[in-house]
Amino acid sequence: MDHYDCLIVGSGHGGSQAAIALRQHKFSGTIGLLGDEKELPYERPPLSKEYLAGEKPFERILIGSPEVWRSRNVTLLPGHRVEAIGSDAHVVVCDDGASFSYTHLIWAGGGTPRTLDCAGRDLKGVYSIRTRADIDEIARALPAVRRITVVGGGYIGLEAAAVLTKLGKQVTVLEAMDRVLARVAGEALSRFLEAEHRAHGVQICLGACVESVQGKDGVVTGVRLSDGGMIDAEMVIVGIGIVPSIGPLIAAGAAGDNGVDVDEFCRTSLPDIFAIGDCARHPSRFADGAPIRLESVQNATDQAMVVAKVIAGRAEPYASVPWFWSNQYDIRLQTVGLSRGHDQAIVRGDRATRKFSIVYLRNGRVLALDCVNATKDYVEGRALVAGRLSPPVHQLADATVPLKLLASGTNPDAAPRRLSTSADMPPAQAC
Amino acid sequence: MSKLIVVTRHGTKISLDGRPGLSIMEHIRSAGVDELLAICGGCCSCATCHVYLDTQGPACGRAMSTDETELLESSTHRRPNSRLSCQIPFSEELDGLTVTIAPEDQ
Repeated sequence: MDHYDCLIVGSGHGGSQAAIALRQHKFSGTIGLLGDEKELPYERPPLSKEYLAGEKPFERILIGSPEVWRSRNVTLLPGHRVEAIGSDAHVVVCDDGASFSYTHLIWAGGGTPRTLDCAGRDLKGVYSIRTRADIDEIARALPAVRRITVVGGGYIGLEAAAVLTKLGKQVTVLEAMDRVLARVAGEALSRFLEAEHRAHGVQICLGACVESVQGKDGVVTGVRLSDGGMIDAEMVIVGIGIVPSIGPLIAAGAAGDNGVDVDEFCRTSLPDIFAIGDCARHPSRFADGAPIRLESVQNATDQAMVVAKVIAGRAEPYASVPWFWSNQYDIRLQTVGLSRGHDQAIVRGDRATRKFSIVYLRNGRVLALDCVNATKDYVEGRALVAGRLSPPVHQLADATVPLKLLASGTNPDAAPRRLSTSADMPPAQAC
Repeated sequence: MSKLIVVTRHGTKISLDGRPGLSIMEHIRSAGVDELLAICGGCCSCATCHVYLDTQGPACGRAMSTDETELLESSTHRRPNSRLSCQIPFSEELDGLTVTIAPEDQ
């Protein structure tokens, strides 16, 4: 059985960055980077954007060539899926029978795409977007496809819809809630993006629940809605979130359910086992200390650095400001902070100009900003989020007032106040 | 073969073969210079691929977009010769260009 001083399970952004960061922090032990895909580690955000569009070949989204991984002195262990963890013995066992022992284990398992829970979900022509293999399959099938139904109006679904409609496909997006991005953004952004997609020819169906996927001879022909409606399609792409991949950790006794629980140093409840990225449920000061999972490259990367520092003996708690981006058509969306739990959403700028921001507040304090083609607000708004500042609402709403003036502290109304605690918070309301 | 010279934060000079069409960021990253994070992968959505251009070297053809300028504003290490390396495609005219990786922003 091979031993690694640090074994990393999951070779996505979090796992790869953990390996890199360990070396940057002079970790001199052996590092194994294990992943269930056969590929070299690669970036995932381009999958639903440039890679799907055929604008970037796979080589350009790699996180290092084989030579670079050798120079990092990291052993890649592709094509293994961990099935069990022996936390006392410090061993993992894989589905192919391989087993590895470790001193430190970093679990960066990410998640698997949530699948539809209805008849026809396994028909040929039903796809997810999570891996290179998913996109390659979609790309192979595309030439014979005219109509595509995307199930789920989240970021993945909307990005795919934008690319596919630009490729000349007739795209329908089905969203079960009454607006797209309902779980992650305020209504103003939802409505703006719905209008943009519609202007590009995408049909957006809200409150649309899938009853079944229809097919003929094992091949998808469309989607039937619970109201009886039928959407014809030769391809169905399901983008309804992920299920965190934490089974072996939970089976080994780690605390958690929707995500494995970690502390501010990304430590699980099991000895010498850390977890990072999409699958790690961590206490966040940007959610009033509540345990949350964040599915973002920023979170995966920054948590990887937290763990590398802990292992290198320079522990610092995870405190990074969350940020996120999405590109659809010529729309550049940049988000800083977490808007969940906001009780007020202020639109800054004119939506008709396609350049505006939404500032999310709770109890008068800035939680987050969604910035549409408004990079300046994104950059300058970060200080408002980091300090949980409370600038006057009329100034936030005035796009001619630079946010950096409101964050500078020279404005008496914008002076930093203490961080909120959940005790003095009213119940959350939708905006 | 045209060359791109990269100077790391510790002052190490690395000479890379220029590959027209790829960005300066992609050159640096594929050489395994991991201190350049380039978190957003080159879509001008963060400022983690910040470099300084050698002003004595060839001028970079592509002008800065407003987005790039504004993202660079977020860096406490911004200088007049600052650029986001993902926004500069390499071309033969840039042969001999030296870029220095800017300090990390906290």
